[in-house]
Amino acid sequence: MAHPLSTFDRPCTWRLKSTETSVERSPISRRTFLSLTAAAGAGAALAACGSSGPGGGSSGGGSASTASYWFLTGQPGEGIRQAAAERFNKANPNNKLQFTAFENDAYKQKIKTAIGAGQAPTLIWGWGGGGLKSYVDAGQVEDLTDWFGQNAAVKDKLFPSSFGPATINGKIYAMPCETVQPIILYYNKKVFEQAGAKVPQSFEEMMALVPTFKNKGIAPFSLAGKARWTNMMWLEFLLDRIGGPDVFNAVFAGEKDAWSNPAVLDMLTKIQGMVAAGAFGKGFSSVDAAGNADQALLYTGKAAMMLHGGWTYGSMKNDGGKFVSSGQLGWMNFPPVEGGKGDPADTVGNPGQYLAISSKASAEQKETAKKFFQTGVLDQEEVKAWVNEGGSVPVVKGTESVLAASPDADFLKFVYDTSVNAKVFAQSWDQALSPTAAEALLDNIAKLFQNQVSPQQWVTNMNQVIGK
Amino acid sequence: MTALAPPPIRVAKSSNPTGGRSKPVVWMVLPALLMFTAFGLVPLLGVLGLSFTQWDGIGAINPAGLDSWKAVLSEPGLLHSLWVTFLVMALSWVFQTPLSLLIGVFLASHKRYRGFLAVLYFIPLLLSSAAIAITFSALLNPNFGLGAGLGVELLNQDWLGQGNLALGVLVFVVSWQFIPFHSLIYQGGVRQIPTSMYEAAQIDGAGKVRTFFSITLPQLKYTIITSSTLMVVGSLTFFDLIFVLTAGGPGDATRVLALEMYQTGFKANLMGPASVIAVILVLVGLGLALLLRRLGGGAATDSQLEGA
Repeated sequence: MAHPLSTFDRPCTWRLKSTETSVERSPISRRTFLSLTAAAGAGAALAACGSSGPGGGSSGGGSASTASYWFLTGQPGEGIRQAAAERFNKANPNNKLQFTAFENDAYKQKIKTAIGAGQAPTLIWGWGGGGLKSYVDAGQVEDLTDWFGQNAAVKDKLFPSSFGPATINGKIYAMPCETVQPIILYYNKKVFEQAGAKVPQSFEEMMALVPTFKNKGIAPFSLAGKARWTNMMWLEFLLDRIGGPDVFNAVFAGEKDAWSNPAVLDMLTKIQGMVAAGAFGKGFSSVDAAGNADQALLYTGKAAMMLHGGWTYGSMKNDGGKFVSSGQLGWMNFPPVEGGKGDPADTVGNPGQYLAISSKASAEQKETAKKFFQTGVLDQEEVKAWVNEGGSVPVVKGTESVLAASPDADFLKFVYDTSVNAKVFAQSWDQALSPTAAEALLDNIAKLFQNQVSPQQWVTNMNQVIGK
Repeated sequence: MTALAPPPIRVAKSSNPTGGRSKPVVWMVLPALLMFTAFGLVPLLGVLGLSFTQWDGIGAINPAGLDSWKAVLSEPGLLHSLWVTFLVMALSWVFQTPLSLLIGVFLASHKRYRGFLAVLYFIPLLLSSAAIAITFSALLNPNFGLGAGLGVELLNQDWLGQGNLALGVLVFVVSWQFIPFHSLIYQGGVRQIPTSMYEAAQIDGAGKVRTFFSITLPQLKYTIITSSTLMVVGSLTFFDLIFVLTAGGPGDATRVLALEMYQTGFKANLMGPASVIAVILVLVGLGLALLLRRLGGGAATDSQLEGA
């Protein structure tokens, strides 16, 4: 079981914790320990388990006004983010950004640890909502309400709906940036044609198609069940279509027993019904979203439909050969449920990405960050890049002409219209809720899809973490 | 944690009680002792302290008394993950020990083709757990994996998507990775057995099987205990492979204690309860290591070579 190398895994787990505790209590002693290890020659092995990422927070090189900025890797976003930062640095030789890119999951851990240790970068990139709220509660990010009041032009250029997840207790703590990503029901037109199926106009029609595709050996829906948040998208849309947006809003507001709404039970029963009917195909619970295996199922014709984020359009275009360019990919908003209260124009997803400013940064660094907000974030070049390279809709108003000129104009117009026409653009649940409640949610969702909990138990479990 | 503990160091009794030899020996303990204190004891105490607090990893640390302990101990998740941990531990021991023992004995003889095989068998040990996990999950993928690719229906199971099957696959992959290491230990152990014993057995007319059970196995007693301790304590902290292979899923079917600790601490931001799980993990590990030492019976210094 334990070979010599794996003994290093153990100190890693411990050391992550110990770093956090000892930094809080005695940073000097920790440094002494580190130098001791280095002297003992074992430093390399221990340091390799993740203490020293590049770009050491606010103390990063350059002049005093150099602001550090961490963002995500993965093309095309990484290139676009980097180009925007480089353009800003060129235009502002005295207020530079020092940027470092991290892989998605690594970033989520890294940023949490860094903020907890008071080593946050000046600009904190994130998804807003519950994660941002935990930073706000700890007093780690700047209140930008007044700044947006003074710089109305910056505020007015962005989608109003994008400010929802940036607003905590009526105050704005982050600048919306990048793109709007509603969740979309994709389908493979060729598979539909072969099966003689019509595009469903309601949830019931969709379910009626399940046996049609199953008999042909095609998974009705592609779902990367290992990732858990992918399953959550089904719950989000079904609950909205059945009970309207108020049901989840009550949960978000922390109302006692808010999950006990009958619409929730109805939704959960429908989900388990879908699992029992084999709607998600064989082995869905071990399909991982990280390798885009779920998208591959759709574009290889092994699955007929897929409920997924708007960002998958770009990756299917990259990976799927001629699938997207030859017009085989179809898309639509999630259809209504018969007798449901929800407005079928509403949508769910990421209303934007967010940049917050660390309250631990120096006044000069904060100045640089605000200057970046004013002139750098979503400048004309970046808007064009998101549209043309990213195949996404930036959170900026009045981009219709840029969108129409893009090779993906049809899809982009759909995303733009969906985002603008939605009366409610709900944020993904796991981002909206606190990390504690979100983890309980994802855990219970995974168990729901495995039939490890009944809908009733699910409600009981989730009621216990409301407001936590 | 326990695997980090430095082996007990016995200072050789000097013929001259005031002799200068004991001093440098004490000095030699110091680097290991310092390392162990800095990376073993201090974090351990830190975690113990944290288990009595409420902390989200970002804000201030607030004392919370026994709240975290009560929360964790009353949660069914803890018992479940303890059970899964135990299953992984027991099954992988049952699977690995006989196989690595046999391979170790087989490789111990000095024949050239066996030396070649030994190098081949050693390869899994050179791969990182994450790489192994990614490779196996690709091979076992129900849609694009080995079964679907070769069209063999038997291989085309939902390997990682069904609770019991996923646990079995996990034990298999763990064993695949670590059998080479334990074979190596047994190979070394077998080579330590004096040839005179086998020669004597041969003269007495004992066959291969009889020799194996009457000489090799009893002589390997302490090797078995060492290898078992490594397996058992190692499986307690087993994390990386499971995290990449199944992420504890499907549902919570393969969520071992270490994974439960990670998810509580770093996903749900509940550092207090996560520290409680960590303390429990340490206690269980220590208990098992002590138990295995006891099971060994007698003092470790007893002679194994009586009659040799």
